[in-house]
Amino acid sequence: MAEPMVKAEGVHKRFGRLEVLCGITLEVGRGEVMCIIGPSGSGKSTFLRTINHLERINRGRLYVDGVLVGYREHGGKLHELRDGEVATRRAEIGMVFQRFNLFPHKTALENVIEAPRLVRNVPKSQAIEEATALLHRVGLADKLDSYPAQLSGGQQQRVAIARALAMKPKLMLFDEPTSALDPELVGDVLDVMRDLAREGMTMVVVTHEMGFAREVADKLVFMDGGVIVEAGDPREVLANPQHERTKAFLSKVL
Amino acid sequence: MALPPGDLIAAEPAAEDIQAVPVRHVGRWIAALIVAVIAVSIIHSMATNPNFEWGLVGHYLFDHRITHGVVVTIELTIAAQALGIVLGVVIAIMRLSPNPIVSGGSWLYVLFFRGTPVLVQLLFWSFIGALYRTISLGIPFGPAIVNLDSNSLITGFLTVVLGLGLNEGAYMSEVVRAGIISVDEGQTEAAHSLGMSRLQTMRRIVLPQAMRVIIPPTGNETISMLKTTSLALVVSFTELTTAAVNIYSNNFQTIPLLIVISLWYLAITSVLYVGQYYLERHFARGSSRELPPTPWQRVRRGVFSARHDPLSVGAVADVARPHA
Repeated sequence: MAEPMVKAEGVHKRFGRLEVLCGITLEVGRGEVMCIIGPSGSGKSTFLRTINHLERINRGRLYVDGVLVGYREHGGKLHELRDGEVATRRAEIGMVFQRFNLFPHKTALENVIEAPRLVRNVPKSQAIEEATALLHRVGLADKLDSYPAQLSGGQQQRVAIARALAMKPKLMLFDEPTSALDPELVGDVLDVMRDLAREGMTMVVVTHEMGFAREVADKLVFMDGGVIVEAGDPREVLANPQHERTKAFLSKVL
Repeated sequence: MALPPGDLIAAEPAAEDIQAVPVRHVGRWIAALIVAVIAVSIIHSMATNPNFEWGLVGHYLFDHRITHGVVVTIELTIAAQALGIVLGVVIAIMRLSPNPIVSGGSWLYVLFFRGTPVLVQLLFWSFIGALYRTISLGIPFGPAIVNLDSNSLITGFLTVVLGLGLNEGAYMSEVVRAGIISVDEGQTEAAHSLGMSRLQTMRRIVLPQAMRVIIPPTGNETISMLKTTSLALVVSFTELTTAAVNIYSNNFQTIPLLIVISLWYLAITSVLYVGQYYLERHFARGSSRELPPTPWQRVRRGVFSARHDPLSVGAVADVARPHA
């Protein structure tokens, strides 16, 4: 079997004395969509952020595409990676945030071309061409020159997805991408994500959208208190949860 | 009884605009009267008191010694403020460094330069020759490569620029630091997640957004710098104030000359205000849905609205659209 895209082995993360992740072990295969659900404070966002090393793990091993995240193993010891090396690896992992985090001083098009131009040295005309195509794809062909403040939340999040895709990532991380949106705008963002999954993008999605998880995810993980309580086929977990905590959580959100 | 729909509309009460009797603001009228009386009496005394010597003011306003002083003052302001801004950015970024020696160094710099009077610092620079007879460039604690005589290297101009610029760097670093920490952390995270380096993130994402917070106090600092250059008087370097003092210590026309240089400082400050307005406008891109109009656009709009409906917002939005 091919190397999984993400492999976590006993990942621990502490903030001071607070244990946020207490041994996460999971695998995300190539082209798979994994949804992570759980109550707030369960560590699901933190785990997502460890995958591109926005959070540094304290114990365990985390691999993306077979390569250790944030460190290099050499002579039985872990060596921290230089900032430049971390940046190079991050460039291959797209991330979409709950609060969009678009660059407010740049137009939609400028947001999308910024990283390819700066990090990959893509020629300007080519970057604009690709960015225009991406913004077309997320349904924002008429918003190229709009600033984020002139866009609705759903439009901003779709620009953010296009911005991440512009780096041609092999893995996409979504951190509650629809939680800050008005209910009527959620659908447009989920449609884009659904298309992306259909095209075979490997995705890890922290979400509260159970419908999306049921329909799109290949695997569903329920986290609580920094551990994986239950994992499996989304339809099965949602319809027939085995663990008490999963039952309690699902009875509140479904 | 069934009414035809036309009657229902006609029955609506507000067929014409409201013509209400306005409230009379007696307090405002009294306040306005007091202000007007004070203003008129000041103008009257300035016009009639012969000691103001308005004729001499006109005579000296464009005296070549004064205009030369104006040029030197502008040069000093630009050079010292530029040094201050560059140092300010460097020190602010150092201050935010995770390395304690780098951030501690910048903290000490700010402590020293903010903690001593700028006048004293200026005097120090003018006596640098007494402190260090020669200035050498070379390997620290090792052999020197270039030896320079302090007194010929540090000219009057350089004394003032160093004295004011190094001091300004400490203040500017706090202004820049405030700007940097005002930018949401999500911006840095987004840039990092796209693979941008720390330097790229700072230069392309954080600093341009910090500028909105940095510019107003920087305008303030620049205006302050313009006037602080008059401290050059104490190191006998001739700029605008020193030029005026030199003239009136010969002819004793103190008041008219002080008025002359005040007018000049006021004029330059006004020009700086305009520059600041346009800079702020430039960096406001994306921060609001519409940029505020430039004064010129406001004039044009005034002409428009006189001809058209004053509520035609569409025309305004069209004029004020941000430049891509």
